[in-house]
Amino acid sequence: MGMAATESQFHVLAVDDSLIDRKLIERLLKTSSYQVTTVDSGSKALEFLGLNEDDDQTNPPHIPSVSPNNHHQEVQVNLVITDYCMPGMTGYDLLKKIKESSSLRNIPVVIMSSENVPSRISRCLEEGAEEFFLKPVRLSDLNRLKPHMMKTKVNDHQNFEKLEESEETQFQSPPPKEQQQLQQPPQPQQQEQQQQQPSNNKRKAMEEGLSPDRTRPRYNDIATLV
Amino acid sequence: MATPHLTSFVQSMFDEGILDSQFAQIQALQDSSNPNFVHEVITLFCNDAERIITEMNNYLSHSNVDFSTLDSRVHQLKGSSSSIGAKRLKLACVELHQASDDKNKDRCLQALNIIAQEYFLLRNKFQTLIQLEKGISGVETDNNQR
Repeated sequence: MGMAATESQFHVLAVDDSLIDRKLIERLLKTSSYQVTTVDSGSKALEFLGLNEDDDQTNPPHIPSVSPNNHHQEVQVNLVITDYCMPGMTGYDLLKKIKESSSLRNIPVVIMSSENVPSRISRCLEEGAEEFFLKPVRLSDLNRLKPHMMKTKVNDHQNFEKLEESEETQFQSPPPKEQQQLQQPPQPQQQEQQQQQPSNNKRKAMEEGLSPDRTRPRYNDIATLV
Repeated sequence: MATPHLTSFVQSMFDEGILDSQFAQIQALQDSSNPNFVHEVITLFCNDAERIITEMNNYLSHSNVDFSTLDSRVHQLKGSSSSIGAKRLKLACVELHQASDDKNKDRCLQALNIIAQEYFLLRNKFQTLIQLEKGISGVETDNNQR
């Protein structure tokens, strides 16, 4: 039942113009133990990511991993999840800008949409989106996010081995989170105990109750689309 | 949230098609660390929906209806309805979207009427739901004080 200790360090930027949807995605992400920032537009997302829309095309390519030392980024973001239909800059436009940016292109991007439009889905996947979720997004959908975020961690080679077992100490002052009810500093063997809370139990119950083979389409492979 | 009254009340909303399983997802996100989550979502939704319905009424009151903007509002309401699990309201939005697409003002007005009906029905039920929830926490508090 591996909840990686490193999950408490994953930071997701959620972009949606709908207040309700921001509230829901934030709750879903926090329940999944991610740190969350929500913004209501693509331009604010780019601002948060530290990307000035006019520059960055001229900058030399950076190393593939997302690093807090990247001077173009204010904070480290491990994944961007964005609504497709937004006024002004759409989720697709935002995706493009991220993928065109030498400093941001390795951040995984997931698109959400209330509409099941195959051409839209394939366009997003072709542009580099990792996943395409149909709204309303559910907790089980978020299970698909972790592998993408693991790829971007600086020390991901260490994390990957520990994914399904007791976690090692990979700590960089974890941000305040619901899980942090321990009085002592986090230890590897205590990661399991960290999970024994109502919210996590409920989440596990939900995850176990939800079949992975849902009839709702999930898109992360262009080949599956007709 | 697991008392007979609240549970059966919510179940009746599912049975009548007023709510779908998405609402259950929202209920499941409420826990001791977020004890008011359902109430907060309902409040956000209702404020949003009333604002949009009022706006749509305004757009349809003009002789020259701006169907494009009307349609974008319907899209928003449809999205919110879907996100909270308001099944019948969402279906009513589909009707208005189609009428707006066809630029048929009369059908738009009819569809908007139905949206308003469905919304107020839903709102009343939500108010009852919240009262039932509060009723529970009231009882718990009394017990704690003994």
